[in-house]
Amino acid sequence: MLSFIVRRLLQTLPIILAVAALIFVMFSVIPGTFASSMSDDGRSVLDAEVMTRMNKEFGLDDPVYVRFGKYIAQLATFDLGTSFRTRQPVADVIAERLWPTAQLAIASMLFAIAVGVPLGFIAALRPGGWIDTLSMIGAVSGLSLPKFWLGLMLMYLFALVLGWLPSFGYGDGSIRYLILPAVALGVAPLALLARTTRAAVLEIMNADFVRTARAKGMSESKVVRWHLTRNTLVIVLTTIGLQFGTVIGQAVVVEKLFSWPGLGSLLVDSVTLRDIPVVQGSILVIVLLFLLINMLVDVLCAVIDPRIKYT
Amino acid sequence: MTAKPLLEVENLRIDLALGNKKFAAVQDVSFTIGHGETLGLVGESGCGKSITALALIGLLRDPLAIGGGTIRFDGREIQSLSASEMRKLRGNRISMIFQEPMTALNPLSPVGRQIAEMFVLHKGASWREAERLAVEALASVRVPAPDRRVEDYPHQLSGGMRQRVMIAIALACGPDLLLADEPTTALDVTVQAEILDLIRDLSAAKGTAVLMISHDLGLIANMCRRVGVMYAGKLVEERAAEDVFRAPSHPYTSGLVASLPLLGARARHGRQRLKEISGVVPPVAAFPTGCRFNPRCYAASDICRANDPAATPLNSGGFVRCHHHE
Repeated sequence: MLSFIVRRLLQTLPIILAVAALIFVMFSVIPGTFASSMSDDGRSVLDAEVMTRMNKEFGLDDPVYVRFGKYIAQLATFDLGTSFRTRQPVADVIAERLWPTAQLAIASMLFAIAVGVPLGFIAALRPGGWIDTLSMIGAVSGLSLPKFWLGLMLMYLFALVLGWLPSFGYGDGSIRYLILPAVALGVAPLALLARTTRAAVLEIMNADFVRTARAKGMSESKVVRWHLTRNTLVIVLTTIGLQFGTVIGQAVVVEKLFSWPGLGSLLVDSVTLRDIPVVQGSILVIVLLFLLINMLVDVLCAVIDPRIKYT
Repeated sequence: MTAKPLLEVENLRIDLALGNKKFAAVQDVSFTIGHGETLGLVGESGCGKSITALALIGLLRDPLAIGGGTIRFDGREIQSLSASEMRKLRGNRISMIFQEPMTALNPLSPVGRQIAEMFVLHKGASWREAERLAVEALASVRVPAPDRRVEDYPHQLSGGMRQRVMIAIALACGPDLLLADEPTTALDVTVQAEILDLIRDLSAAKGTAVLMISHDLGLIANMCRRVGVMYAGKLVEERAAEDVFRAPSHPYTSGLVASLPLLGARARHGRQRLKEISGVVPPVAAFPTGCRFNPRCYAASDICRANDPAATPLNSGGFVRCHHHE
């Protein structure tokens, strides 16, 4: 098991390297630098001399391959560089934003799991029943709703009309501020989880070993508890892992909308300002989170399913 | 004195619902099985053998359902039993072995636990006690080192071993009736014989009656005293096993008997084409009128195409459904 985890961690290295290279190339190709982004507001115009000085200061006047070499050498020592804007180490800037994003992602996934999995389960136990029909219509809608529209509607209803919850911001970090963004972000994975769970349960309900269980004289509730739950869990867990990663990526939209001080809004701001070290760092951290979560899911699946080998 | 038979099936009909229409996938099937008796049921795929067995254990699922007739087990009509009464019979007094040992066991559960469930369900045993009984059950189906095998998962066992586990499950509670639905079809020939011996020995030892379902007439003749031949949802002939072989009455049965490959026939008669019954079993929605076998029958005449033959008793015991039998 331990060697499996170590091997999986080592496997992430080439992925990290490839992602780093990709981001680096992308931001070398797109027009604009940090210096030019400061002058683009139309009022203050930086003169050429200042721009040259700034580019020199940040090492942006070096050829691409030299900069890439330096960057990779930096990464090798776990140094993500320094933010152009705040002159802080990128690692510190990200660390500050990591917890709010983690809060948001975890809360939205908990919401999605707590509602989506039982819903899919119940729907599958009475296929074609009214719960099934309603929940699957809901699931399709949930998957198709744009997150920012949903977020706005939630704000309108719960903050403006009902006044139950704060409309945006992190506030004092209390759970009241977390609810609306987490729901806005969690609806899509909820819908997907409900559908996946339903499909998994239906498939397993028709499996031969469930027929064997019934032939043993087992009640349906025991069939579900003894033979269905574990087998469904493997499929559902895999979906949860993938959705977790997606949620972290999609947090960008929701964080921006709710002025949530997470990695996503940091990323958007940093792209606008061409604060490239922060952009690179944020994306790398997001990719790393995605890989780690999926590794965790693989380990869990292997624990549940004896057919999966740690290789 | 003749005791009441263990199982009496009378005019069983099983309906297949396709859209709004219902088709009788099994019709007019009647037979009895006495205590400790072994009845074989043969026929090609799609003749209704398996769904007949599923009806007996109350496991037909949509779109299949019992459409008529009665099934009496130990004097009680099983259709009138409540779901929980039926569950007490199922596994405990009627149990079933399925064709596919690969998929019939839960892949995520150790085989010992899957056997132990039987003792927890029907004997009120604690899990600890049940796990101990599971080792004994595995030993009784001649699995070597049963105390270690109980911890294995199905994928770690061979097909033959898995089928032994299935038999251990089916016979765990000492049932009165065992339904064996093609128990050896998915296995190697060498393993087949061992599994059949096991079923025969254990059921004889426990006085368990067996309904053996197979498309393999040779196997049935070996295992069973009486044989029922099914074609397109009907029992076309039912007799003592040796009579079926020596003098099959129904053209379908003689076709089945003739199509058995004979070991050593080539040495004596030279290379020959194996006999076959031309054509295939029609789908349920397209059963022909009259005798259902008439499109494939060499003896078919006008009456066969018009009227469904009734069951005619035979002098040697049993019956046949054919207009042309002598």
